[in-house]
Amino acid sequence: MLEIKNLHVKLEEEDKQILKGVNLTVEAGKVHAIMGPNGSGKSTLSYVLAGKDGYEVTEGSATLAGEELLELEPEERAALGVFLAFQYPVEIPGVGNMTFLRTAVNAQRKARGEEELSASDFLKVVREKAKTLKIDADMLKRPVNVGFSGGEKKRNEILQMAMLEPKMCILDETDSGLDVDAMKLVADGVNALRDEGRGFLVITHYQRLLDHIKPDVVHIMADGRIIKTGGPELALEVENNGYADILAEVA
Amino acid sequence: MALPELKQSTTEARLASLSMPAGGCLEAARRAAISRVQATGLPDRRDEYWKYTRPDTLTVAEAPKAAVFDSGEEPMFDAFDRIKIVFVDGVFDAAASDDLALEGVSIERLADLAGKDIHWSKDIYGVLEARGQSPVERPLAALNTGYATDGVVIHVTGRPSKPINLVYRHQSDSSDAMLHHVVKVDSGAEATILENGPAASRFSHVMEIDIADTGTLHLVRAQGRDHELRNATHLFARLGRESVFKSFTLTVNGVLTRNEAVIEFLGDDAVAHVAGACVGDGDFHHDDTVFVTHDAVNCESRQVFKKVLRNGATGVFQGKILVKEGAQKTDGYQISQSLLLDDDSQFLAKPELEIYADDVACSHGSTSGAIDEDGLFYLRSRGVPEAEATDLMTLAFLAEAVEEIDSDDIAASINDRLYGWLARRR
Ligand SMILES: Nc1ncnc2c1ncn2[C@@H]1O[C@H](COP(=O)(O)OP(=O)(O)OP(=O)(O)O)[C@@H](O)[C@H]1O
Ligand SMILES: [Mg+2]
Repeated sequence: MLEIKNLHVKLEEEDKQILKGVNLTVEAGKVHAIMGPNGSGKSTLSYVLAGKDGYEVTEGSATLAGEELLELEPEERAALGVFLAFQYPVEIPGVGNMTFLRTAVNAQRKARGEEELSASDFLKVVREKAKTLKIDADMLKRPVNVGFSGGEKKRNEILQMAMLEPKMCILDETDSGLDVDAMKLVADGVNALRDEGRGFLVITHYQRLLDHIKPDVVHIMADGRIIKTGGPELALEVENNGYADILAEVA
Repeated sequence: MALPELKQSTTEARLASLSMPAGGCLEAARRAAISRVQATGLPDRRDEYWKYTRPDTLTVAEAPKAAVFDSGEEPMFDAFDRIKIVFVDGVFDAAASDDLALEGVSIERLADLAGKDIHWSKDIYGVLEARGQSPVERPLAALNTGYATDGVVIHVTGRPSKPINLVYRHQSDSSDAMLHHVVKVDSGAEATILENGPAASRFSHVMEIDIADTGTLHLVRAQGRDHELRNATHLFARLGRESVFKSFTLTVNGVLTRNEAVIEFLGDDAVAHVAGACVGDGDFHHDDTVFVTHDAVNCESRQVFKKVLRNGATGVFQGKILVKEGAQKTDGYQISQSLLLDDDSQFLAKPELEIYADDVACSHGSTSGAIDEDGLFYLRSRGVPEAEATDLMTLAFLAEAVEEIDSDDIAASINDRLYGWLARRR
């Protein structure tokens, strides 16, 4: 599904290399987790995949189902099936959450040559999905993420993911700031989307999310590289011992 | 005191190009207004109040031409059930207008007052305008009082079932129109006035609004899409106790627009909101100049102005809140913001507070900025194409002003026009 090869990325504005040769393949139907110390480049990787400005790819490639992503506009990547649940979801005053969702869903359908959803069909689907995530009608009416609590913002990301049904879901610390119940809701939301045709890349610092979303593969990222890859037991090792041993091992 | 030579000659030339409609109960007010113009002279670029906006094309004797633009669009409020009063290049068009009879309101033509010696409007016509001449002179408004050829005189006595819609049409590329409207709202009465369309190549507009205790007036204006228009409009509103005045103005296009609003609170517990949204492209200069005077207790005023500027367009905001001694518990809010879609456009703002009471809450803010990049990326990452995402962010920016309109239907029609303007520029 997602294939990242030797990806090197520096900041556009300054001469700072952040990703230093990332290699990573997420197969369809699989959940991969990325863990790693603060500042190791996890969010940068997710932004570069989603198409955020400000980064320069100096080497390497990233493809989704064989299509080169890095040349595309963010909206084109989204239409191909890339979805990033942001570590810090953005507040957009003045744009209603519902309008935002409908515009996004229909823009993607249009880009894929599908028919737009009628207002009533859309409403039906949103209401149903919002309900399972315990997002109430009032939150749907409010401007995008404005005045949402940290946990509400994260749930709102999962709602968008559920509505857009992307092929490749990248979740950047979607568990941070969630209480135990909300974590369960989010994990259930993700698990509901698990499917043969869909890949997941879950960035997290904690084992707890991975208790609910059982990963197939766990990667450790440090200083802009994947330094170790293993099974779910790797996450437990990090939880118990921190990164020191792993970092020492590869040094 | 003698006027500067250039000001004197410009003023004389302009006065000589006009003739005062004689007769009737308004003649004295007209003569007095003309004397005011003679005393102050017409504005020129050296006047502090015209620092950001050049008045010369508004004061020159012959109006610059403005091409008539066929938008192919249905006039703004055609879908609404309303009383329609049509002016073509500033001339009343009886055939195109509805019958003016409506329960709860009396509507007459200003031109018909020339034949009447007694009329209630005598207590308002030129009176509110004259009050509005200090502390800042507004000679263009006085000129209008002196020479306006027509207008409507509206007395709201009840709650008319539909809005009164003044529809302006621009047909001649050299039209120069001057309309003066008077609105009196009785105690407990409530009405909505809608104004829309390009009125003339050059348009001078005055509306004097007197709202009695507990009266309410909603005013929504849309100034037409013609590109070369020059508009100088003035609202003078005087508010009684517990009265409400809400106005919103939409401007798209037009080379020069100066919209002045002068609001005076005379009774306690009243509310006045003046809002405006404008979108302009290239040769576009838009000036909102607002003066709110609080001379009563516990009144609320809100000024909300948003401007979207592209391709070297210019936006101006001069807004003042004056809180007089004793006007305690005043709640004054003022915000003026521009969204600059490129580096060539500019926004010039002069927000002012002058407060002589100690127990008041007044705030003002003025900002100027570009589209929020993070918001834009967020929308695009969800699949919304850049152009559409930009429009969505732009409409969101304007929303705070449009939300000042109480009627959801009217607000929706304003949003449609804004969206159309943006979509045409994708
Ligand atoms: N736009 C930027 N300007 C300056 N530095 C940046 C920028 N983006 C990323 N960096 C730097 O790149 C490094 C990697 O940041 P990134 O946010 O990808 O880390 P992370 O692994 O997601 O960390 P965390 O676990 O704290 O979320 C950090 O040193 C960060 O300061
Ligand atoms: Mg991060």
